[in-house]
Amino acid sequence: MLARILSRDYPRSRPLTLVLVLILFGLAFAPFVFTGSQPLNVAAKICVFVLLVAAYDLLLGYTGIVSFAHTMFFGIGGYGAAIALARLGPTWEALGLGIVSALVVAGLLALVIGLFSLRVRAIFFAMITLAVASAFAVLASQLSGFTGGEDGLNYQIPEVLRPAFRLLENPVLGTNVNGRIITYYLVFFVALAAFLVMLRIVNSPFGRVLQAIRENDFRAEALGYPVVVYRSIASVVSAVMAALAGIVLALWLRYTGPDTTLSFSIMIDVLLMVVIGGMGTLYGAVIGATLMIIAENYLQVLMGRLGEVSKGVPLLSALFSADRWLLWLGILFILSVYFFPEGVVGKLRALALGRRTETSAGER
Amino acid sequence: MSDALLTLEGVHTHIGRYHILQGVDLVVPRGGFTILLGRNGAGKTTTLRTIMGLWRASQGTIRFAGADVTARPTPDIASAGIAYVPENMSIFSGLTVRENLVLAARAGPLQAGKLERIFSLFPALERFYGLAAGALSGGQKQMLSIARALIEPRDLILIDEPTKGLAPAIVTNMIRAFREVKKAGATVLLVEQNFMAARMLGDTVAVMDDGRIVHHGAMAELAADHALQHRLLGLHLDTHQ
Repeated sequence: MLARILSRDYPRSRPLTLVLVLILFGLAFAPFVFTGSQPLNVAAKICVFVLLVAAYDLLLGYTGIVSFAHTMFFGIGGYGAAIALARLGPTWEALGLGIVSALVVAGLLALVIGLFSLRVRAIFFAMITLAVASAFAVLASQLSGFTGGEDGLNYQIPEVLRPAFRLLENPVLGTNVNGRIITYYLVFFVALAAFLVMLRIVNSPFGRVLQAIRENDFRAEALGYPVVVYRSIASVVSAVMAALAGIVLALWLRYTGPDTTLSFSIMIDVLLMVVIGGMGTLYGAVIGATLMIIAENYLQVLMGRLGEVSKGVPLLSALFSADRWLLWLGILFILSVYFFPEGVVGKLRALALGRRTETSAGER
Repeated sequence: MSDALLTLEGVHTHIGRYHILQGVDLVVPRGGFTILLGRNGAGKTTTLRTIMGLWRASQGTIRFAGADVTARPTPDIASAGIAYVPENMSIFSGLTVRENLVLAARAGPLQAGKLERIFSLFPALERFYGLAAGALSGGQKQMLSIARALIEPRDLILIDEPTKGLAPAIVTNMIRAFREVKKAGATVLLVEQNFMAARMLGDTVAVMDDGRIVHHGAMAELAADHALQHRLLGLHLDTHQ
């Protein structure tokens, strides 16, 4: 059963399995374990970014395609849901229309970009995606009558998903099961299901061809695989998954704007998450997204506390000031890339493989 | 002579501003090994890559099993029944031995019979079946590379310098495996610098120089004619055993 769910792609390292199980349970029970709105916000953001980063890893880690248009597809998802809900009202029909339109637009756009530009060298493809994504961001900002411009769009979501909606009269484990909790679980299960689908894809014969293309596209062609077609399909799947992430984020935030979806800083975050977690390992997306989002949300608080403790010590208090959190985040990135060049998942798997090899050599 | 499976007529190939193939005329008969000999830089690898469509012929015609494949994309040429084993152990090192074979057996899942044949030719592949191909030794990588071409029945197999850089014992194993392949009736166009291997395996031979075929005939004829060897290759095959 578990083998089928995970497509026989196990974490292959005990510490990694433990961390992944902790993250899974932490996210699954977040509404009942943590109090206050910030932890739930962080948990929802982790779910969205696990999906977004895993979709990017499908492209970068498994197929070897460098794209800077990933946040554009994320934005298409967000704006698709947002525009439909803002214009047509907070109904399930409007949301359904928004979802279908966003997924279709994202898929078609990825197909067009792929078929026209995946023949060129990787660096040129990256430049083309950067140009298209920049043009899209400008377009979203200029079409203010439609997209809300730089201010973005605020909108209502269907009643069941609103905080005022109560599913149960009595609290469960001290938590009121309201529309906010329902929305959280919608985000969680969509991210989980999409992640498992991607795990299935990368472990299918199709996924194997993608990995062969990543290693050497000439050899893959010589075996009879049309590289451009495979790359384009991977690009479409990745775009649709990114759009799905944008849709669930739009539902969670009840706001969509350039800063939450189209910003280039999100693209950089996604790249860092893939690299820190480990390229070509979907589990790396879970680790990378969790580490980064927790660091972004709690490092400032931690620095503030350390700053208070070290008050009076001239250099330390300045270094540990809450304002310096970005500096420490940068240092953490450098350290993680230095110590985990293959990403956290790659390193843990290599350690586990080394131990297994030593054990089997000892037994011989 | 049996009928021609592959024919190159006046094939020219340019790579950038370099004119590499300058009118190659070559016939590969159906069944048996055709050896492509020639010094470094003569255009042997370019010939194989041009047949596969990895480099486009700028002039001339390539016919495979009667059909013109000159302008066809590489995947189509591979699907038409030509397998290509490039030089330098062209495996996918991040994938396992099994996955490398599955990728090549495009018709569907690996059948036990096919695998048995591969394992009887290259026993090391059975031992490391579930291991990442990148962890194999040089000789094992080369065996995997050839096994990939043999896993599915192909009409023609192009192999580029399979013994290059390998230890003599591994070369002997490889020649033994090729003899089995030959017995099974495969058609192979083999680029080989190891003349001992070339002489043992070849039925037909073509010698290249400066992007052209300068000699084409039976291997036995070249092997017996020292003067011809010296004129074409600047050496005697006997001195290279």
